[in-house]
This record gives sequence, C-alpha cells and structure tokens, in this order.
Amino acid sequence: MTAVMAPGEPDWQRLNPWMLAVTPLRQLAGLLPVIAVVVVIGIGQDVGGRIYSVLVGVLVVMFTGMLRWFTTRYRITSERVELRTGLVFRSTRSVARDRIRSVDVTAGPIHRLFQLSVVKIGTGERAERREARELTLDAISAAEADRVRQRLLDPLDVGGPDRSGATVASAATELAALSWSWLRFAPLTVSSLVAVVAVAGAVGQLINDVGANAVDVGGVREKLTMAPLWVGIAAFAVLVLMIALGGSALIFIEAWWGFTLVRELGGTLRIRRGLFTTRSVSLEERRLRGVEVVESPLLRVGRGARTVAVATGLGGRRGHGRGTLLPPAPRSEAHRVSGAVLAEDPSPTATTLRRHPLVALRRRLVRATVPVLVASAALWLAPVPSWVAWAVLGLLPVAVLVALDAYRNLGHALTSRYLVTRHGAGVRGTVALQRAGVIGWTVSQSLLQRRTGLITVTATTAAGSGGYSVIDVETAEGLAVAEQAVPGLLEPFVLHEVDGVAHTLGSTA
Amino acid sequence: MSEPLRLRPPRHRVSRRAIIWWSTQAAAEVAAVLVPLVIGILAWADARPWLIPGTVAVAIIGLGYLLVMPRWRFRVHRWETTDDAVYTSAGWISQQWRVAPMSRIQTVDTERGPLQQLFGLATVTVTTASAAGALRLAGLDRAVANDLVERLTETTQATPGDAT
Repeated sequence: MTAVMAPGEPDWQRLNPWMLAVTPLRQLAGLLPVIAVVVVIGIGQDVGGRIYSVLVGVLVVMFTGMLRWFTTRYRITSERVELRTGLVFRSTRSVARDRIRSVDVTAGPIHRLFQLSVVKIGTGERAERREARELTLDAISAAEADRVRQRLLDPLDVGGPDRSGATVASAATELAALSWSWLRFAPLTVSSLVAVVAVAGAVGQLINDVGANAVDVGGVREKLTMAPLWVGIAAFAVLVLMIALGGSALIFIEAWWGFTLVRELGGTLRIRRGLFTTRSVSLEERRLRGVEVVESPLLRVGRGARTVAVATGLGGRRGHGRGTLLPPAPRSEAHRVSGAVLAEDPSPTATTLRRHPLVALRRRLVRATVPVLVASAALWLAPVPSWVAWAVLGLLPVAVLVALDAYRNLGHALTSRYLVTRHGAGVRGTVALQRAGVIGWTVSQSLLQRRTGLITVTATTAAGSGGYSVIDVETAEGLAVAEQAVPGLLEPFVLHEVDGVAHTLGSTA
Repeated sequence: MSEPLRLRPPRHRVSRRAIIWWSTQAAAEVAAVLVPLVIGILAWADARPWLIPGTVAVAIIGLGYLLVMPRWRFRVHRWETTDDAVYTSAGWISQQWRVAPMSRIQTVDTERGPLQQLFGLATVTVTTASAAGALRLAGLDRAVANDLVERLTETTQATPGDAT
C-alpha cells in the first residue's frame, strides 16, 4: 500500500486477489436459475450432454470473470483517480480528484465473506453517459476501501501526504442511530409494499411452476370449498396482509440494520446501514444546501417522516435514495435530525409556517372537483350503466378532502439562514433551503393566478431538484420573501408602491 | 412591507420580427391539426354532418390563436441585463419572470433554427448550475444576441468558482 501513499506518480494497483474467487461465485449465483432451468427442462433426454454444455458455459463465464482481475488496474495520484480495464478493448477512465463529490462503499454478502468492499466514486455531474460520472472499484479490501474513502473526501489531502487514519473515525459525532421502534413504520412505506407484492408474486409463480398447488397444501382447499365465499376472501386478504407486514419488516431490517448517521471531522456526513449488504454513503457538507422532510400519505397516518438531503451532485430530486439521511421515523425525530444535520436548533423544517391566502384553497377545490364533475357528467351521457356515473360522483368528498389537505400543507417561512417551504397533496414535503444556496428566482403566474393575485415563487439552486417553490402565495408577500431571502438579487426588479408612485428599493434609497 | 409589490417588466423588448416568427410557428401548428380534418371531410362522406362543424370550430380557435398569441407574446417577452444579473420575462397566458445572478451563470448558448435564420433571429439560453434555472431569451435580433452573448461570456469568465 505504500505505493499509493507515496508522493509523485504512484504505481498501478490491482484489485483484491480474492476477486478471482468472488467474481466467478457471484456470476455463478446469477446463473443458477438458468442452469436449473436447463437441467430441469432437459430431464429424461440426453442429461449428460446438457450437463456437459452447461459446464462449458459456466467455465467460460468463470474464466472471463477471472480475466477481469488480471486486466484491471487502478491508481490514485494527487490529482486523479484512474482505472484501466479490458484486454482487447482497453479503456482508461480518469476522474479529477477535485471533481469527486461522493464516495460510496457497499459490500454484498459474498464480498463480505472475503472482507471486500466495492468503492463507487461519483462526480455528481449531470452527464449523459453513466461512465462519465462514476468510477467503480470492484472490489478492494474493506480496510483499503475505508482508507480510499477517507483520502478522497479529505479536502486537505489533495497533493499532501497521507493523513488518514483512526483519528478521523474517532472524532466523529453521531447525529442519529436506528431505534427498533421505527420498525412500525416499515409497512407504511409504499416502496416496501410494492417490493413485497413483487416477491410474493414471484414466489407464487415459482410454486406454480414447480407443480405444487399453492392453496392445496394440507387439504386446505377442501375445507375452503365448504366454507362460504367471503371466508375464503377474508382468509386470502389476511394471508396477503401478513405477508405484506412480515415482508416489509424484513426489507426494513435488511436495509436499515445498524443505521447510523455521523458527522466526521473534515465536514462529511456518513450514513452506514445494511444487514446482508452493507452500505456506506458519504456526503460532503459543503455540498449540502438544505434538507427536506418527506411525509408520504401512509407515513402521515402513523405520524412518520423521512429526512432527505438537498445537496449538489446527488443527481435529481431526493437523490434516488442516495440522499436519504433517515429511514422512516417519527416526525419529531425527522425534524430533530434535520436540525442536527444543518447545525440549527430548532430545526428550520419545524418552523411555524405562514399560511397561504384562502384563494389558494379555492383553486385547489376547483382543481380537484371539476374533473370529477366533468367525468361524471360525461359518463351520464355515455352508453354505460348509470351507477358508474354515480360511483364517480361518489369520489367528490374524497376530492374535497384532498383539496383541503393540499391547502393545509401550503406554507412558507424565512429563518435567519433558511427559506422554508412546504406543499404537497398526499406526499407532503417540507424543504429548508439555505438562503446562500439560492442561485436565482423564477416567478410564474398563470391566467387564473393573475386574476386572483397569486404567484408561484421558485428559488433555483444547484442542489436536489434544482428549484423549490413557494406555491400560490400573494404577489406582494411572495416577492417580499424572495427579496429578503437573497438581498440584492430580485430587489432591482421589484416595484414598491409608495403613495401611488412606484419605486424600486434602489431608487428610493 | 405594507406597500403593494410587483415586478417591473425588463427594459428591452425582443425583436419585432419575432411576431412573424411566432405567427409562422402557430400557422404550422394550426395547419397540422386542420389538414387531417379537411382530408377527413373530403374522404369520408358519412362523417361530414359532425366533422364539418368540428373542423369549423377548430379553425376559429386556431385563427384566434394565430392572431392573439404572437402579439401577446411580443408584449410579454422582454429581457434586461444589469452588472449583477440577467432578468427575463416570457410566456403569454401563463407568464414567468426569471432572474439569474451573473456570478452563477455557467453557459451561454445561441441557437438559430431554420425559421429564426430566415427572419434574422436568435435564441440565447443562459444556464446556471440549477437543473430548473435556464433562462431562454427567444426571438432576439441576431446582432443583439451576438452582443449579449459576448458580454455575458466575458462577465462570467471573469467570475471565479464553479457557480454552485
């Protein structure tokens, strides 16, 4: 390892030699279904030949996997991280160290067996091609991965001697850690429910394929056919619910086992989690522009929320899961962690927000109810049974409730350092955006907004989704917020009416 | 802030030729809808009782769009640069005002489609580090656009940092 740390041009390194075993093993695991299918389908006809051909295929795959180790080299110089791959089609990829925005370390079960970790180095640029943004070292030893991570994220290390070591880890402060009581939120996340349904479907399919009758285990079907239909349906519903609850809990445990969020010396936030596959995501604090507290409809029922980082270089709104700072947790905890991450107490996300004018409620009511009424009227005229139209009309109360909720969720505030805005129908998002991170304003007004004196003010930023909006705010209030949030930016273009004469602030001063 | 606030329009209008450009575009859009309808009327006699009134309605709406939209746009589309910022307004039925500080500008692009070339126009796009922050100045006179791009490029090159 001394070669990596030596000044000047360090030597090219190979990946960890255990990859000679890991790569074929993982590929074999991936191929198992194919092998099984080939062998099973071919039962009774030329078994020997089939097994032989499968064996050849497996050997070829394993050989190419091993070849990858021999042809892959990487090095970390004071300015760049470089990766060379390929035997016939050689490629050298290179990332400038001052462009590096993230260093993620993950280890799946097979990698962990050999104490290896995959290091993914990201530049966070919105490049078209994935390869231009990321560089993956698959895999190096876990200890080496940690050293690489610390070196690459240390802004003082560029060009300097190696200063990484145990001191960095010991100087970390813990901002949040998993509490097992949060497991109650597991069934309340849509993504886990979707995953559970997918898994259940796959398992059902598998059982069907194998030939067993899923319902007829232990003569259950015989008893069910004698019972009335609703008992069968209820039993099935309970079964699905139990699978969903158990499955979502398992997924939560796998994903969030040992979750900690720490602030490391040198200004890095680090999230570690995972039971079988361990994941470590590091986020430089100087890229942080704020946080968002996200409450999905199901989570809101249980008074839960997640906290997501608003940072540059994560790639898109809510960072495709990479910006997640906190799993589903009690809302108060989400706000506390937001405050801790931003080093603000109390958290700006928990600020009392200013309500938006009642006209905004009218807009939401119209927007929610008119489509229902129109659809219902159209169905009256259409050649369908009249109960269909009535059923659609029955959605009207739901639409009204959604509109009321969307209105109640509207709000905004300015704290000393943050612009806070909240909106959402169903999914409620409360964003606290650094006022210093605002790099422009967009004020928009539709025809209907113009008639009611409302505007939507969007603060543009380099982080997250690129823009965070204060929706349907009174024109004067919205402009005043924008003016105050970033002094001098919008000011020259805003007219202040004083005694019937309009001035910009600059011209009155 | 007790006094009512409003945004003032940016100082400069876009080129008057932009009206012709937008009209041509609108005419093409309306034609794209009308031509299939007319072909339908000619080819499908059974449908005429309802297709003809429908086509007439589309034609009236299309004509209104063709007459109103370009002029309305011309009244709304404006731009301005100060030492510190670029300020634009755009739209017609729904309108947007955008501000980007000079210090945050990352790229300045010019784009001239075939129609714009025909009318001596250009569109200048000013991007910042924000995914939602691009300012489009559509329908500028070509010479004005060139001047503007030159000035913006000079200013932004003088600004240090990666503008995030």
